[in-house]
Amino acid sequence: MAPGAGHYTAYHPRWLRPHVSTYWWLRRRSYFAFILREISSVFVAWSVVYLLLTIDAVGRGPAAYQDLLEWSRQPWVLVVNLTSLLLVGFHAVTWFNLAPQAVVVHLGHTRLPGFWISASNYAAWVVVSAIVAWVVLRG
Amino acid sequence: MIKRSAEPLLWMVFSAGGVVAALVLPMLLFLFGVAFPLGWLTPSATHLASVIGHPMTRLALVIVCTLSLFHAAHRFRYTLYDGLQIKHLNEVIALLCYGSAIVGSAASAYLLATF
Amino acid sequence: MTKQIKLQVARYRPEQESEPVFDEYEVPCHSDWVVLDGLNHVKDRLDGTLSYRWSCRMGICGSCGMTVNGEPKLTCATFLADYAPGPVRVEPLRNFPVIRDLVVDLGDFMEKLVRIKPWIVRSEEKPLASGEYLQSPEELDEYKQFSMCINCMLCYAACPIYGLDPKFIGPAAIALAQRYNLDSRDEGASERLEVLSEHEGIWGCTFVGECTKVCPKNVNPAGAIQRYKLTAALESVKAFFLPRGA
Repeated sequence: MAPGAGHYTAYHPRWLRPHVSTYWWLRRRSYFAFILREISSVFVAWSVVYLLLTIDAVGRGPAAYQDLLEWSRQPWVLVVNLTSLLLVGFHAVTWFNLAPQAVVVHLGHTRLPGFWISASNYAAWVVVSAIVAWVVLRG
Repeated sequence: MIKRSAEPLLWMVFSAGGVVAALVLPMLLFLFGVAFPLGWLTPSATHLASVIGHPMTRLALVIVCTLSLFHAAHRFRYTLYDGLQIKHLNEVIALLCYGSAIVGSAASAYLLATF
Repeated sequence: MTKQIKLQVARYRPEQESEPVFDEYEVPCHSDWVVLDGLNHVKDRLDGTLSYRWSCRMGICGSCGMTVNGEPKLTCATFLADYAPGPVRVEPLRNFPVIRDLVVDLGDFMEKLVRIKPWIVRSEEKPLASGEYLQSPEELDEYKQFSMCINCMLCYAACPIYGLDPKFIGPAAIALAQRYNLDSRDEGASERLEVLSEHEGIWGCTFVGECTKVCPKNVNPAGAIQRYKLTAALESVKAFFLPRGA
């Protein structure tokens, strides 16, 4: 007797298979937060593109770099970059918070509490950000 | 015999890209996308050129750009696959996503190699 | 006169309708009553035709999983008073075909469970005379959390990936595979890897995390899956560089 054969007989009822809506991700707050986290990938990509535009402008000289800064001051570009900053930050926070789920560290026989994995990730974030800022501004 | 699949490798690149993007991109984007255009900080173009020109910086930037682009491509591919329920276009989606990442990575490598 | 609370219960009788309808019942809202008590009251006193599954009524058999006000819940662990003044909407568990009223078909999961070999696999059994397989408390702790699964399927109901692609092997199956992979007595990790490394195996999971949120026994299937992704990825690296197996 094939399950869900889709036809009704006296001995096999017609099973109901509700279809999942295309808007399933709007149905619960946690689903929406998940999709937002996934959409952050678009803004990660934009950040790389913007970075490459900047590198290209710097490479072409001070005039080109000033033009890029002018362009970046336009409201829509600022909004895009601010949104990207927010969402790339959201990516970072969700990534560090979820890291302990994938990475299990044992010290001898006991398991290191997940808090320490997250904490070390956040610490690394602070250190790396400081290094990046120093290299860009002073390096 | 385990069927040879690209998924484990793609996931590892995605993970590495996720770590790199999380650690490095926020500060970079803050500086170049917000602080410098708004004039909060004003390093000169010549200073930036010397920073970027350094071989270590160029190598680091290529790695950051490549890994971040592949991270984004992998995640976006699954979002399209799951979010829009267009599973039947699986190969097309994968091609578009990873293809874009390859193009972007090549562009960054070229840009930084010839800087 | 005890307070009453309205239950809106999904009915699906394939012999008389092709779409589900909702029947409403007023049941007493005692402070210690759970949704299951309400359903039993309906069946005993109001409408004997209601069909649903239940057994232990204490959160260990995994039979009474349903969707309560949009959330996957064990109806034996969900108090009516928490939903006062109501109404409380009771529907069958999501993402499974509905056979009748609140009864769903779990055949898909059962088939997947068998595929991941949820038993101790050994290349060579020890003879009975040599005694039990000994295990330290630390070795037990490695997999104990994943052994708490009661197969209630709330995680499958919560997982949007399973809802969109029923071929996805799903949270509980992977958590149970991990329960055995991480058991020091087991030697079947590579056999399970074959099943789990398919495209609809662990790689279909995008770490939504809903499965862990709804699990009534704190199994943390999402954690089991992410941890296993790392293991499987490292295994594939090893297999690439050492094809004959180290």
